[in-house]
Amino acid sequence: MGQQIVNGLFLGSIYALFALGYTLVFGVLDILNLAHQAVFMICAYVALVLVVHLHMPMFAALPVAVLAGGLMGIVVDRVAFKPLRGRSDSNIAGLISSIALATILEAAVLQVFGPDVERFPFGAVPTRSLKIGGAVVSELQIVIIAIALAMLLGLTWLLRRTRLGRRIRAVAESPKAARVLGVDVDRVIAASFFLSSALGAAAGVLFGLAFNNVAPDMGRSVELKGLAVIVLGGMGSMPGAALAGLALGLLEVFTVAWIGSSYRDAVAFGVLFLVLVLRPRGLLGSAALREA
Amino acid sequence: MFPTVRFLAAAALALLAVPTLSVAETVKIGAAFSLTGNAAAYGAQQKHGVQAAIDDVNKSGKLKGVTLELVLEDDGTSKEQGIAVFQRFINRDKVSAIIGPTLSTTATAADPIAQQGKTPVVAVSNTAAKGITDIGDYVWRVSLTEAQVIPSALKVAQAKIGFKNAAILYGNDDVFTKGGFDVMKASLEAAGIPIVDIQTFATKDRDFNAQLTALKAKNPDFLMVSALVEQAAAIVSQARQLGWNVPIMGGNGFNSPKLMANAGPAAEGVMVGTAWNKASADPANQAFIAGQKARGNDPDQFCAQAYTGVLVIADAIAQAGMKGGRDDIKAGFLKVKDLSTPLGKFSFLPSRDGSHAAAVQVVKGGKFEILQ
Repeated sequence: MGQQIVNGLFLGSIYALFALGYTLVFGVLDILNLAHQAVFMICAYVALVLVVHLHMPMFAALPVAVLAGGLMGIVVDRVAFKPLRGRSDSNIAGLISSIALATILEAAVLQVFGPDVERFPFGAVPTRSLKIGGAVVSELQIVIIAIALAMLLGLTWLLRRTRLGRRIRAVAESPKAARVLGVDVDRVIAASFFLSSALGAAAGVLFGLAFNNVAPDMGRSVELKGLAVIVLGGMGSMPGAALAGLALGLLEVFTVAWIGSSYRDAVAFGVLFLVLVLRPRGLLGSAALREA
Repeated sequence: MFPTVRFLAAAALALLAVPTLSVAETVKIGAAFSLTGNAAAYGAQQKHGVQAAIDDVNKSGKLKGVTLELVLEDDGTSKEQGIAVFQRFINRDKVSAIIGPTLSTTATAADPIAQQGKTPVVAVSNTAAKGITDIGDYVWRVSLTEAQVIPSALKVAQAKIGFKNAAILYGNDDVFTKGGFDVMKASLEAAGIPIVDIQTFATKDRDFNAQLTALKAKNPDFLMVSALVEQAAAIVSQARQLGWNVPIMGGNGFNSPKLMANAGPAAEGVMVGTAWNKASADPANQAFIAGQKARGNDPDQFCAQAYTGVLVIADAIAQAGMKGGRDDIKAGFLKVKDLSTPLGKFSFLPSRDGSHAAAVQVVKGGKFEILQ
């Protein structure tokens, strides 16, 4: 029981971290960036190359990969979204172009690294573990949960207390009004993409470390879960995404433990469906849909 | 008069003796292995195996008046090329028996040609449970199927560890891992070992903590895992990370050095069934290994099975009264019993599948070693 809670929180914090970035861009632009999973995957490879080929220690490789992810986010915005902005159908067009970009990036990684699973060398990952009341918790799991929590708090602080945060919230409310008030909307959007992708990058590196498994298709395995999490948490809600991420992690783990592993996804998405029926705005979603 | 009579008598005796001494019958054996293509790594070992076996049999003088001749061809790891090679063996080279092809898939296409041509085939590496020896009465097999290896390996492990119950973890969305699970479940049931829990996962999964924790809670003495090698490494690593040190035995998916490369120290102690007991002190096995070392080859299971394939054909020729015709060999197979081979005492089952003891490998110091 205790061990399953640890397993669930651990899995859930990775879902949460991935979904935070997803929901940030959605909250600001009302669009889904489906290239998020490609950034997630590529940054795991960035960390891998830094550790394996440049022999950097893990704690130095993580910030570099996160920075690379942020910059890649700006590129994603420039390539997949900016050219389409202002069109009447920009939401759907952006969705499609981000899928295209994700496919291209995935194919590129496949060309360079091949389809085989890559691994961090033994010793790059802390393997010590401690026992807490019958449950075994590894150092790595604690670090991952802590990083996820720190990033959530940092992001909340940034959005609430800083100038950039105010601008992001202004653009989220109404890009037109923000522009009238002298906000450089394009720069704010670029900044949102930077933050969002940096979070995705952190999630990718931690996911790769957690299961010591970096592969071109790793983004696909969390993409749907991430979508479920932001719907469950309430579209655009940061604390909602964090809460829903943890909830999904726990739900999956306890489905395996009590019902059977074959039903894991069925139960997870069944609950998602129920939440949508009973509480359409998600767990912590803002009261009503904004009318444009 | 006398000298002439003696001369004639001597000449007559000499004439009688000559045919059996120098005009020995040559029996051709065709070997079709994957020397190129995806399975080339296996084919290279098989080639070493048959070449050594032909030489050894000819040198041993076991087949009086019969010399074996090897015709080696490349099946290209493809069905089309496999069929072409079989046709050449049967119609042009007129071989008495065929060894190969390397992969089961190729065999399903090529073996029917041999069945039609009434030429006996000995499969030395095909392990698919169905669709090989069912092709017809000319198709025989030396290589054990997974369904044969697992029960035998389980017995060895049971004798060694003495577990009272077991749990199974398997991938339920893959034909290969599901097939392995079916065999594991049946073998445990046949051995009267209660199964305390069964958990499943999907091929794409990376996180097995929930399943492993659930299994650990049931506290089984022994864990059997049917998984492809990538998942195998992750499962083993995560089990040990959870502080669970249960003995683990894997299916054929574990039978790869990638297990140790990917799981590192966590792979230590993991067991896998194998058809060839490399460490067997049996003189037939020791002589085989020494012979391969002399040729500069480090033999593996495929090499030992290919070597055994030739020994089986040679024994069939001997059983048929030193006759090397196609039907003589086929009839001789029926009488192959407890033949001494690198794989142990070898016999054929009524299903034309081979039967011999399997062994258990255990990971020790990053390498597979035979559990003794």
